[in-house]
Amino acid sequence: MTMKRMMFLLPLVVFMVIGVYFAIGLTKDPRKLPSVLINQTIPEFSLAPIKGRDRGLSSEDLKGQVSLVNFWGSWCIACKIEHPFLMKIKEENLVPLHGVNWREVDPDDGPDWLKKYGDPYTLIGDDPKSKAAIAFGVYGAPETFIIDAAGIIRHRFAGPMNQKVWDESLWPIIQELRKQ
Amino acid sequence: MKRLVLALILCLAAVNAVAVNPDEVLDDPVLEARAREISKGLRCLVCQNQSIDESGASLAKDLRILVRERLVAGDSNEQVIDYVVSRYGDFVLLKPRFKSYTLALWLGPVLIVGLGLLAVIIFFRRRTSAAAAAPAPLSKAEKKRLKALMNGES
Amino acid sequence: MITEFGHYALVTALFAALIQSTVPLVGAARGDGAWISAAKPAAIVQFVLVAIAFAALTQAYVTSDFSVNNVYENSHSMKPMIYKVTGVWGNHEGSLLLWVLILALFGCCLALFSRRLPPSLMARVLAVQGMIGVGFLAFILFTSNPFLRLPHAPLDGTGLNPLLQDPGLALHPPFLYLGYVGFSVAFSFAIAALLEGRVDAAWARWVRPWTMAAWAFLTIGVGLGSWWAYYELGWGGWWFWDPVENASFIPWLSGTALLHSVIVVEKRDTMKAWTVFLAIVTFSLSLLGTFLVRSGVLTSVHAFATDPARGVFILILLILVAGGSLALFASRGPALKSTGLFQPISREGGLLLNNLLMSAAAAVVLLGTLYPLFLDAIGGAKVSVGAPFFNSVFFPIMTPMAAAMAVGPLLAWKRGDLFPALKKLWAAFVMTAAAVIATWSFHSDGPPIGLLGMGLAAWLFTGTLVEFAERAKLARVPLLESFKRMAHFSGASWGMTLAHLGLAVAIAGMAGAGSWKVESIQVMKPGDSVDVAGYQYTFNGARQRQGPNYSSTVGSFTVREDGREIVTLQSEKRVYPVRNMPTTEAAIHTMFLGDLYAVIGDPDKDVEGGFITRLYYNPFVVWLWAGGLIMVLGAALSVADRRYRIGAPAHRRQAATAKV
Repeated sequence: MTMKRMMFLLPLVVFMVIGVYFAIGLTKDPRKLPSVLINQTIPEFSLAPIKGRDRGLSSEDLKGQVSLVNFWGSWCIACKIEHPFLMKIKEENLVPLHGVNWREVDPDDGPDWLKKYGDPYTLIGDDPKSKAAIAFGVYGAPETFIIDAAGIIRHRFAGPMNQKVWDESLWPIIQELRKQ
Repeated sequence: MKRLVLALILCLAAVNAVAVNPDEVLDDPVLEARAREISKGLRCLVCQNQSIDESGASLAKDLRILVRERLVAGDSNEQVIDYVVSRYGDFVLLKPRFKSYTLALWLGPVLIVGLGLLAVIIFFRRRTSAAAAAPAPLSKAEKKRLKALMNGES
Repeated sequence: MITEFGHYALVTALFAALIQSTVPLVGAARGDGAWISAAKPAAIVQFVLVAIAFAALTQAYVTSDFSVNNVYENSHSMKPMIYKVTGVWGNHEGSLLLWVLILALFGCCLALFSRRLPPSLMARVLAVQGMIGVGFLAFILFTSNPFLRLPHAPLDGTGLNPLLQDPGLALHPPFLYLGYVGFSVAFSFAIAALLEGRVDAAWARWVRPWTMAAWAFLTIGVGLGSWWAYYELGWGGWWFWDPVENASFIPWLSGTALLHSVIVVEKRDTMKAWTVFLAIVTFSLSLLGTFLVRSGVLTSVHAFATDPARGVFILILLILVAGGSLALFASRGPALKSTGLFQPISREGGLLLNNLLMSAAAAVVLLGTLYPLFLDAIGGAKVSVGAPFFNSVFFPIMTPMAAAMAVGPLLAWKRGDLFPALKKLWAAFVMTAAAVIATWSFHSDGPPIGLLGMGLAAWLFTGTLVEFAERAKLARVPLLESFKRMAHFSGASWGMTLAHLGLAVAIAGMAGAGSWKVESIQVMKPGDSVDVAGYQYTFNGARQRQGPNYSSTVGSFTVREDGREIVTLQSEKRVYPVRNMPTTEAAIHTMFLGDLYAVIGDPDKDVEGGFITRLYYNPFVVWLWAGGLIMVLGAALSVADRRYRIGAPAHRRQAATAKV
């Protein structure tokens, strides 16, 4: 093939490569953003309690056993969808579930919400200014982190948890971490 | 543009405010200018390619405040950016850093212009050599026509 | 009933498009006149049918027929009539229908107005148009049907996104699509040329006005989008390098290259394969833009195309159109022989430089836009590519381009001389220096890019005028004769001068708005005053107002300069209850050298009667859109050039063919 013919073929080749990338791109969700904090020690933080509780949540509380940290807010619609499943985790006593009440406009909103729908959390920290949320690299609510006994972040799940993800990915990870 | 619109809706849905609010602004104009500069390079994570400086999203607001708090505490611009990157990864930077996986992005433009120039040079080289070599041979149609003309004359 | 009728019309249009895309092509290959002549009526019928479908959907919107799902999801009975109509294309399905309508319109216009086209070329061009129509009609009918009914009609609709209820954004899509789809004509001509195996001056003359028209529409579309962002987003930004903006900007860049390379084909019979390539690429990039926007591959907001089938379908369409045409180009392109020779320093050389830099700019913006996707696809890191990247790579490419634009038109065809051309530009050198010094004296603390931009604008503006004066022999022959010469300038040459002047004006706008914007954000009580760039903004207070389908807070500001009242600005913050969403309506007073810009925000929590206000002085920003309009005017003059409609060369060509 002459050089000239190759030059004329080049655009097609370039386009085909782009096309393949597009095809792969279609299978991916651009919203899925992996956390960069996986396998890193949890950031230092200490959050005040929300109204009606006298203990908040700090990084020290997350050490010693495998636990979940769930970022939520009363303003978050997906959190409401997730909430019944959180209640189930609590009722079946599967794993300690801690909450970070993120960015409430009014300090009463979070506690009122829990009163209305039920309180699944062991400990809750109040995070009105996103201090813990930014430290954990949180994008939106709900987001749930699996922390191991040494206080290292092992997994992040963005979006509302449900039975399916729990059975397929989260619970196996928790059990694996407990064995260690 | 429409996608931008939708992204904005998502951002606006969170709070009814656009971008920097008076209560965030630092008293020290030098620090504030630095904060604006940093904010312009950090992506509003829930928006579409908008910086936190332009976004009305609540997380963007808290990030703006964080940037200012760190500056007040004495961090350099790089330290502030490094901290945010350590939490959110390179995704948060609107101008990607020069790294192995952004090599193609940063060298791409140079390569594109370079290859284009090369193609133009080759184009002129060929043209001049072809022109110097000989007049272009007659095409099939031209030969045919020439033949027809000659036949017509004879 | 009318909705169903529209639905049937659309299905029938698909069949018309199928006929249009096959029968004439076979006819052209076989030289069968009867089959060839099927092209025109098929194109006209397809347009009429799509127009009926579009009218039917519009009717459903106008009468608020909420039994139609599309109307229910995107309209509301309380909406003003104008936004009921524009709401037709304010959603995925409707906007695609508009896309196809415009495509069919272009096909129909081709069939009606290009009578002098050789029949086989015409048949092939219309057949290619028909193929694109088949693809998009099938896309609509199989994945995005706007005519689907709901089993039980809801009482009212869910409303149109308030941000879309705005004249700028309502008109943005039609112009954008007129541009995108307009490039399909150049594309079809390119494919037909590859099939016929010839590209000549006559071909270029047919392609040129269509390309020019598409480019003008796209310019308006892009401009409207950026103008909308400027007045609606509430902080005076006008360009974001957002992937969706880029999707419309990339075809604009390559379309600009195409406009210029077609000239070389027309005048000098060279750069043929390259021009055909650009025509293919420009339309493919338009399709790519549609793909990026409609499939959601790049963007995290899935509201428009939630259905993965749509993404797959449109990707297949893109691969068929772009891949197929590039394959044809690879096999047939090398046969396109160019004859015209030229030196690097020549008019052609200048146009080639334009093409090089414009294409490079398009490629670079494309690279930046797609890079996050590429990296993600190979499982790499997640990165963002935003404004700082694009600014740092785009302007170094565009600056030499704008600088060369003043010189290029002064060079002779074939072989030009650089130094005499630069000598003629002495006035431009002087004006550039004057502009830089004047700018520096006003804004010595501003960023250097502002000085560069103003200098560049002055250079290009004066350079373009110099070229114009040269051609008119101004000051070298009696004035009257110069005017006579001007009167004889062709539409295309007036167009060139205007378009280049327009770009100069737009560059000044970009430089000014980007460099010396003054911002002031604060809490103001009624009676408070703030000084912004020498203008005193006094807040007169805010009141509530009820709109047709929104309620708003109206903040009033009186602006004075040295105690002299200039204007009273009324800025609104609207809340649309149907979607419970706020929008800001900035109050803008445009002056020659800059805009006064005021935005009312939320009431302040701590200060009684206080509101958050954002006040700006945006220097030169209106020049940006004024420059765009001048460019569009230039393109319009060029399209109106009689030579392209009379088609004199077509006569000659047909006569020549007849003789052989």
